[in-house]
Amino acid sequence: MKPAVHHYTTDVLDWRPFVTPVKLEEATPAQREALKITPANKKISDYVLVLAHDPESLLHRSPLFNAIMYGRDGLDRGGRELGAIGSSIVNRCVYCIAVHARHYNQATKTTAVVEEIFAKELDATLPDREQSIFDFSSKLSAFPPAASADDVARLRDKGLTPLETLDLILSAAIFGWANRLMHTLGEPIPAG
Amino acid sequence: MTMDLIASLAGLAADSPLRALLARREDIMDLTEKSRQAVLTPADPGGLSHTVRALIAVRAAERLGDPVLRDHYFDQFSHGEGAYDLADLVDPARRPDDPWLGAVFDHADRLTRQPRTARQSDIETLQRAGVSDADIVRLAELAAFLGYQARLISGLRLMEAAQ
Repeated sequence: MKPAVHHYTTDVLDWRPFVTPVKLEEATPAQREALKITPANKKISDYVLVLAHDPESLLHRSPLFNAIMYGRDGLDRGGRELGAIGSSIVNRCVYCIAVHARHYNQATKTTAVVEEIFAKELDATLPDREQSIFDFSSKLSAFPPAASADDVARLRDKGLTPLETLDLILSAAIFGWANRLMHTLGEPIPAG
Repeated sequence: MTMDLIASLAGLAADSPLRALLARREDIMDLTEKSRQAVLTPADPGGLSHTVRALIAVRAAERLGDPVLRDHYFDQFSHGEGAYDLADLVDPARRPDDPWLGAVFDHADRLTRQPRTARQSDIETLQRAGVSDADIVRLAELAAFLGYQARLISGLRLMEAAQ
């Protein structure tokens, strides 16, 4: 059995479940309906097949996740990904971080922000705008939520509109959800 | 209805400009409401009754230090079937005697407070207590939704106060 990955990486990882995934050939009609709306991969991932144990939640959370992360106007793609990374660092979801650090680097064509966060986690020193986004996201993701009026004021000072701030709240919040599934129902392993 | 619940939990004023912002994210608010129904009052609740789900929500809201959210879920819990016998457990410091429910509440608490510490052994503890894999996933979705909802309304309150 491959050892689990516990360090931060932007490598493509696989995910090994702690509970038995639903078997596609045994899926109920409700499970089949919920599985249809996930990305049109030929092979459905073990992660999605684990979530198919609760088809009502899966049916609505998948489009909710997509609407929050890939909506057209409002906060740019890099900002949403940075919100996702802030939450995922707080909750230490190594798999989530790998995926969304990759997305962040692709969207922004940079690697320095991700490298700094990997090295210093919540103590990372970032450019002003990125710092305000990362700090807001990680503080909102803390238990209990610890973002303050000052953190919101800093976002405004760095040029975020109210709509963009709402998008950031949503991105951090939906990742608190994703982290609590991915990091607790299984673990990341090297791909291949 | 959807936006009304989130706006009401966040304490938005009737004329708050945030209501127009939420309207621009109507699809997200609609899916948030459908998700709420899916985790709190699902058609197929499995081993987690609607009453137990509302009770888990009361305890989580108490842990999160959110009295508005706590009152919302307490109202839902207190109208639930069998609530009388579970009423002592609205205090998250109390642990049920029943091993199955005890394991479920312990894990819900971990998901609310410190998901970063989760290990495979936590899932094995649930399995040894007789909690099915499907109920383990249902519980994770419920606790994770509660964290999402609490942070959405917490963020909205900060925005409302900043205006």
